[in-house]
Amino acid sequence: MALDVVDQSATAGSDAVGNPSPIRRLLRPLLRWEGGLALVLVISVVGGSLLSPEFLTASNIFNLQLSIGEIAIMALPLTLIIISGEIDLSVASTLGLSSSVLGYLWLHHWSMGLIIIVVLALGALLGLFNGLLVTRLGLPSLAVTIGTLTLYSGIALIVLGSTIVSNFPLSYTNIGVNSVPGVDLSYSMLIFFILAILAAVLAHYTSFGRSIYAIGSSPEAAAYAGIRVKRVKTILFVLSGVVCALAGILFTFRLSTAEYNNGSGLELNAVSISLLAGVSIFGGRGTIVGVVLSVATLGVIQNALLLTSFPQQAMGVVIGGLLLVSVFVPNISLLRNYLRSRRLRSNAALVDDAGSNG
Amino acid sequence: MSTAIESSTQPVSASPVVPAERRATSLILRAREFGIFGVLFLFVLFTSIAQPRFLSLQNIKFILIDTTVFALLAIGETLVIVSRNVDLSVGSVLGVAAFVSSNLYQIDPGISIIVVFAVGIGVGLACGLGNGILVAFGKVPSLVVTLATLYIIRGLDVLIVGGNQVVANALPSSFLAVASGSVLGIPVISIIVAAMVLLAAYYLRNFRSGRDLYAIGSNPSAAQLVGIPTSKRVLIAFVISGALAGLAGVIWASYYGTINSTAGNGYELQVVAAVVVGGVAIFGGSGSVVGAAIGALLLNTINSALYVLGVSAFWDQAIAGLLLLVAISLDKGIASYLAKVLRGRSRNHGA
Amino acid sequence: MTADHNADDFKAVALSLQHARKYFGAVHALEDATITLRKGEAHALVGENGAGKSTLVKILAGVHVPDSGVLEIRGQQIRLNSTREAIAAGVAVIYQEPTLFPDLSIAENVFMERQPTRRFGRIDYPTMERSVEEILAQLGIKLDPRRLCLGLSIAEQQIVEIAKALSLKAEIVIMDEPTAALSSAEVDRLLAVIESLKRSNVAIMFISHRLEEVYRICKRVTVMRDGRYVLSDATSNVSQDQLVRAMVGRDLEIRSATSDAPTGAEMLKVEHLTEEGVFSDVSFSVRAGEVVALAGLVGAGRTEVATAIFGIRRYDFGAVTVGGKRLRRGAPLEAMRSGIGLVPEDRRQQGLVMEMSIARNVGLGSMKKLSHFGLLNSGRENSLAQEWGARLQLKYGRIGDSVETLSGGNQQKVVLAKWLARSPKVLIVDEPTRGIDVGTKAEVHRLILELARQGVAVLVISSELPEVLALADRIVVMREGRLVREFARKDATEELIVEAATVSGGVAA
Repeated sequence: MALDVVDQSATAGSDAVGNPSPIRRLLRPLLRWEGGLALVLVISVVGGSLLSPEFLTASNIFNLQLSIGEIAIMALPLTLIIISGEIDLSVASTLGLSSSVLGYLWLHHWSMGLIIIVVLALGALLGLFNGLLVTRLGLPSLAVTIGTLTLYSGIALIVLGSTIVSNFPLSYTNIGVNSVPGVDLSYSMLIFFILAILAAVLAHYTSFGRSIYAIGSSPEAAAYAGIRVKRVKTILFVLSGVVCALAGILFTFRLSTAEYNNGSGLELNAVSISLLAGVSIFGGRGTIVGVVLSVATLGVIQNALLLTSFPQQAMGVVIGGLLLVSVFVPNISLLRNYLRSRRLRSNAALVDDAGSNG
Repeated sequence: MSTAIESSTQPVSASPVVPAERRATSLILRAREFGIFGVLFLFVLFTSIAQPRFLSLQNIKFILIDTTVFALLAIGETLVIVSRNVDLSVGSVLGVAAFVSSNLYQIDPGISIIVVFAVGIGVGLACGLGNGILVAFGKVPSLVVTLATLYIIRGLDVLIVGGNQVVANALPSSFLAVASGSVLGIPVISIIVAAMVLLAAYYLRNFRSGRDLYAIGSNPSAAQLVGIPTSKRVLIAFVISGALAGLAGVIWASYYGTINSTAGNGYELQVVAAVVVGGVAIFGGSGSVVGAAIGALLLNTINSALYVLGVSAFWDQAIAGLLLLVAISLDKGIASYLAKVLRGRSRNHGA
Repeated sequence: MTADHNADDFKAVALSLQHARKYFGAVHALEDATITLRKGEAHALVGENGAGKSTLVKILAGVHVPDSGVLEIRGQQIRLNSTREAIAAGVAVIYQEPTLFPDLSIAENVFMERQPTRRFGRIDYPTMERSVEEILAQLGIKLDPRRLCLGLSIAEQQIVEIAKALSLKAEIVIMDEPTAALSSAEVDRLLAVIESLKRSNVAIMFISHRLEEVYRICKRVTVMRDGRYVLSDATSNVSQDQLVRAMVGRDLEIRSATSDAPTGAEMLKVEHLTEEGVFSDVSFSVRAGEVVALAGLVGAGRTEVATAIFGIRRYDFGAVTVGGKRLRRGAPLEAMRSGIGLVPEDRRQQGLVMEMSIARNVGLGSMKKLSHFGLLNSGRENSLAQEWGARLQLKYGRIGDSVETLSGGNQQKVVLAKWLARSPKVLIVDEPTRGIDVGTKAEVHRLILELARQGVAVLVISSELPEVLALADRIVVMREGRLVREFARKDATEELIVEAATVSGGVAA
């Protein structure tokens, strides 16, 4: 197909546009969000070890893993959802309801294998419900998942009431508190790393992942490129549901307790991790590497503070503060990008005219 | 040329179409508020048939006082949501204001009740100001800002309360009477708040600064273009929401008497639910304070009815969540129907 | 129509801008802008994209303050520091895409921030609604001022904007490409409104890419190029060719389709396509190598039919067949696999993911082809984009730059590249040259004809009749959701197409 139909007198102006100096190009990766985050992580690790001699001990690092494992797991699909331009505030309620159902069924003498399958399927169902409300009825995911946040934890309350189930056998609860044989890694962290690798491949190296970014940047343009926007979003919500149910199972085993309000309020931590990872709340931007770094950063800061006997219930001050910081900082760089792109655009437009004149 | 004009797709046809169209749209919009009223009425009817105790003076009083707190929060939340924002921090603000204000009595039992109210409102106002500045000038979505301040303010509350709590015997009877005083069986505080709701509704309908909030919520960039001081208006909406949450905190303290660091936990969701059930569009631009207050009344009535009917209180939360989902689905349906009707009429005018 | 253009060349000057300059950092957006608007006159401002028209408009709207230059309004030197000051000085700007409040009534939209008030600052609704009713009557429009703006057509929205300008008693009205999104009958209507504005002694600045409109209503014309004014004269003294030459700085050869009537196989077949209330019983076909134009007014349902064929919209009845294979409705991916491509109407919203790079935008339609064992190969994506960038003479910095950095014409080339990379059998192009400068426009036209020559079945939707006549082998005309006429190119004239598109029941002009 030879399309030499274009007027040759129009000269290409490519050389004149946006070629930054080699030094700036070298520095660029460091200037990215993830670079800054890595720096913050290093600083918090150093700070933590200065604050408390316990901080860098193996047992403390293992505790740190335990405390953030389930949240980190939930943050992965949540990140993909935010990149696609939606949000899921029901993640912690899904965790809580899964935990409650697990407890309820255990109380009714179901076998654990069957329970786990049922709970994971339930998670998929809860995610599907969110997804269908968002994609088929076209409702804003913020409103929908505030609704299901209330609804799912409400159902957990109906299922379990004030009952607390804690007679789980050691063979299961050990998964919650012991390390993977041979390494100082909790099972939840191991699962997080496996899921993170899968999520990274999915997000950055497949057409499904590319679709997520396209949808987040411009849902309409994505649809016009043949991307099945509704299907992709529904799949993401279902994934989120399943993964949150898995987190619910791990949570129950770690505390050896199933209670209706398990995990309540953790949606904030998960959202904070995603945004701290550099994911834009408006969609279209963010990386899984960022999520891993942000999980580590948040875990370290929380852990270091607890070692200084900062009250656990007041941790919201710190997490909320981090959340605010992480949405304000990119706004500054967004502004810079905006100014730069405007300059480039005008440049291109001028070059365009110059070309036509040639 | 004149022929071309008359044959265009634009509405140059006879005027009788216009009133009909207007009737259709206003009917639908009014139907929305009638709808909530209808549901409320049916609920009261069936519950009182099943359990006459539901309509006892005492029970009505409970419902009204509960509603009073939520209606106050709903006024502020409506201002914020109409301007295409959301304030998730109201529960935390209520909590911290309730403790800080009532705790004054533990410090100085002889303190004037006016000071107590002023401090409560002031604490709320300060929180609202913080939210407002972050949203209006930081250009960060209010969802994220107030989700963060929800936890930050609650965390600060925990730090302030420490191991303490305020108990009823530390509070003077004059303070406790604020919530319990009544005229003809109707709590005085409810009457005052009802008046505030009507005032807020009148303000939103009849003053430029009120209309500005709708304009901002309807099309933020256009609002900027016509010269509406959007940042200032949004800031003020958050300040009012905060101040009202502070006031609600003081009333809450007076009603319950025992205040620890969990006061108002989770109220933000119930308030958003009430406002949305009351017909305020979650993405701004339309809805009324009166609708939101009726929404609050409906939710509290349902909770009370479940209790009276002997349904476990465990069901409250699930029902609130479900109602919220039903309300936004319904609104979506109405909005797209309305758009279709209006567009259709616009088209029918042609040729 | 030119009756009221009596030779009074010395109407009072309403606004004059002399030698305005505006730099943004290193970018010289405006070097030397000079324009004089007179009361009761329409003055056209033309120029290619990037010539500095928008910057000039923004200076007059009070959005930008020029670095140097003199602005006088009614003989007084003035500095407009904000949009408010511009409004106060009697300057109203009507943008191409009006920005109204859908949830508020027409009356409130007209009077936003200026609502008439009673005591204590309460809004006086009856007075407000009455004044809007009067203004609309003055424009000859029947719209209920109490109606919500939700669901108004773009043309109606512009009327609301004009009503706003009139309510402001604006003496200077600036219209930034008001007709770009309008069909020809709607344009006629708008031009009639402009005539009535002229009679009320309003000075009008009219920006348009459509030169025929300029000649119809404007007494004077100013041409800008590269941030400078290059020509300013009475329209009666400048020929259309001279104008175009002044705009582009060189002669344009306008080639038109010369290919013989194609005899390829039927590639796209649409039968009885119906979506209740939007379009009904639409049947036509496009052969391989043929260019068919879908003409009609903007609300006639052309874009809706196109998006229904592609699967973005769902239709209620009917069938779409591509190369003999019937398509499922509402399935764009299946439509693409069967060989359809759609260059949509709204380039920035629908055609491109603005935040993504050129390479990713080009690759977005070919992700399957670019994947190996389910993994995307970005090296192949880049070379695909580079290959098509070169073929289409795309002007860009690096293939990894975001498409936001490109000019409108080059953005359209990226959209075209995305589809051409899939070697489509059927290409639907919706308003392919809207808002594109004259030079690139000709490139796009040549490209479309070349595609047809290579056997692609092309369906063009365009509101510009010269474009339709230059490209199409066959023209089907829609009116109010129905196909009303079909012309072979040799039988078609602008007048016949307009008549078919606008006149019902044969009541011709």
